[in-house]
Amino acid sequence: MLGFILAEIPRLFTIYNVILLAKAALTTLALSAVGCAVGLFCGALLTVARLSRRPALWPLKAFAFLYVEIMRRVPFLITLMTFFFGAQVLGFDFSPLAIAFVSTSVISTAFVAEIVRSGLQAVRPSQLEAAAVMNFSAWQSFWLVRLPQAWPIILPPVFAYFVLFIKDTALASQAGVLELTQAARILNTKGFSASLVYAAVLLLYFAISYPLARLGVVLEKRLGAARHSRPGRPV
Amino acid sequence: MHYVLHYGQIAPYLPYLLGGMLISLALSILSFAGGMVLGLAFAIIRDEGDPIASRLVRGYVAFFTNTPQLVQIYVIYFGLPDFGVLFSPFAAVLIGMTLNAAGYLTEILRAGLVSVHIEELDAAATLNMNRLQTLRHVVLPHLFRVTMPALSNQYILMTLGTSMAAIFGVEELTGRAFNINSTTFRSIEIFTTVAAIYVVVTFIVTILLALFGRWAFRARVPVL
Amino acid sequence: MAQLDIRGLVARYSDTTVLDGIDLAVERGEIVSLIGPSGSGKSTLLRVVTGLLRPVQGTVSLAGERIEYGDRRSLRRARDRLAIVFQQYNLFGNMNVLRNVMVSPVTIKRRDRREVETEARALLEKVGLGDKLDAYPDELSGGQQQRVAIARALCLKPEILLLDEVTSALDPERVGEVLDTIKLLAAEHMTLLIVSHEMGFVRDVSHRVAFMADGRIQEIGTPARIFDAPEVARTRSFVSRILGNRTNGASEDASFGGRLPQT
Repeated sequence: MLGFILAEIPRLFTIYNVILLAKAALTTLALSAVGCAVGLFCGALLTVARLSRRPALWPLKAFAFLYVEIMRRVPFLITLMTFFFGAQVLGFDFSPLAIAFVSTSVISTAFVAEIVRSGLQAVRPSQLEAAAVMNFSAWQSFWLVRLPQAWPIILPPVFAYFVLFIKDTALASQAGVLELTQAARILNTKGFSASLVYAAVLLLYFAISYPLARLGVVLEKRLGAARHSRPGRPV
Repeated sequence: MHYVLHYGQIAPYLPYLLGGMLISLALSILSFAGGMVLGLAFAIIRDEGDPIASRLVRGYVAFFTNTPQLVQIYVIYFGLPDFGVLFSPFAAVLIGMTLNAAGYLTEILRAGLVSVHIEELDAAATLNMNRLQTLRHVVLPHLFRVTMPALSNQYILMTLGTSMAAIFGVEELTGRAFNINSTTFRSIEIFTTVAAIYVVVTFIVTILLALFGRWAFRARVPVL
Repeated sequence: MAQLDIRGLVARYSDTTVLDGIDLAVERGEIVSLIGPSGSGKSTLLRVVTGLLRPVQGTVSLAGERIEYGDRRSLRRARDRLAIVFQQYNLFGNMNVLRNVMVSPVTIKRRDRREVETEARALLEKVGLGDKLDAYPDELSGGQQQRVAIARALCLKPEILLLDEVTSALDPERVGEVLDTIKLLAAEHMTLLIVSHEMGFVRDVSHRVAFMADGRIQEIGTPARIFDAPEVARTRSFVSRILGNRTNGASEDASFGGRLPQT
């Protein structure tokens, strides 16, 4: 059996199939990257709303809190299917890829919002007090002091989440999106052995995820060292 | 939009859905338990085994934490039959989830083992405990107290991860949602209801685990 | 009209009363120091004056204008008149030294950038850090950071400068350089309200010294009075404990690094 499968390999890796897999891999990366980028933007907005101390904003704060707590506790497949079937039932004609992008963005927003929140809260309150006493407005304090000091704390975990999320994008195959897992299913339908195609795709996922994960560790070390928000060492 | 929400239509299906939740929980509990056994063994091998075994464990962890659980199960369910090994959908998902869990749990438990202070081990030695006793009375309680939050979190992730079993035909919560969807077509109502069930159940589980952690190991597990 | 006028001030942290009726007036050009045991409320008083803590009762007025703690504009106007140097320096970690000093006058007070830069450079030169303009706070020693903090406060051109235990977080060797800087300010007739443990320094520099304990000013008077002939028993026991036996000269207490008077 193994010999039979090994003999398939040259037939599997034709130019056409390789391009198919390459495009699928790019889609996989894009799903995670775009999702996380949108998640960073929206998550930051949600968090700013949540941390704001203006009493008038309380409905927004409640929404932000509920959004994060709920969306982190729903399986990605369910979110995806809600949007997928929901769009159909409501009569919209979105492509599976668009649905997938929306789904990844919606979920990333919830997780990244938490990362942003912990980053912003890690900035020492005394820094903000100093700004307040110097008459910085709330916005100036946030933009000139809090956010710049929070960035190095936020970026490494967000990148790590991006790498993690690459694995979740496999579920987009169930909506028909042509990412890596779907590519494997297609090749299987075309007649190649299941064990070969799925093993090949496993290796491709590994080849994408592992180097990025290591990069994330390097990023964490670099930004950790560059953080300027520690009190001075006595000389 | 001409769509009117009719939650009433799916109300009768609630017991059916909750039954599905039980199967999801069964999957998550069994695979977590299996993953813990493997994970603990691997964690010990990784730190104290011979260099080759240690490297094999590291490779295992790297492989299972950098590839999707879904595709791992595809390999088991669709790929292994090429070699004459056939599993039922439930079994395939269970094995896949267990092997996947073992990858993550090995790392969690390893970090916990490392944190057991050398002084505690020395104290155990002076009290003439043998290896097994040391493990039982000194290492394990400390280990679980320290890793409880991470283990709790991993379990919740796995509970959410059981939803992919539906893809293979297992009739757990998500699978049953698909069934109802194909008969009533009330997609929005069904999937939002199922989402709510997942949220409520994971909340309850988180609280239960936090309480258990505090009672059994004096661990401090955050709830929100 | 007093520069800073505090009347009947009461402040609480949750259920604990930290300030129990403070009356204090600081005149223009006057240097008043607050001394007392920890927990007496000295730093809390400064927090109330800077608007970081809202009092329960009493009033705080700057240059005759009362601070309305619920009104943002009133707080803004009050903070415009004052500047504070904190115990933990609180330089902005993401900005270099020059920018730390310049950011508030330029961005908040909207003064001309070139004018502020000239002033900032001069101030940093004056505090002895003219060569560290590009350095970031975590590259500087505590004493250097504190001097930058002083320059930063001065660049705001405050009517009154508050100093909150500015040498307490420093290594003993660094304390002198900061105290010398403050003595320069004193010589220029700046209005100062100082909280400090450095008794020798307090004695040298202050016009009046107030001893605080249990959230109240127990006694206030000239340095000579407070340190040599305190009238209130509480003051006496504090002063004698801190200064040790006066005929023995300088105290060996390691936490007070300043030089103490010998009589």
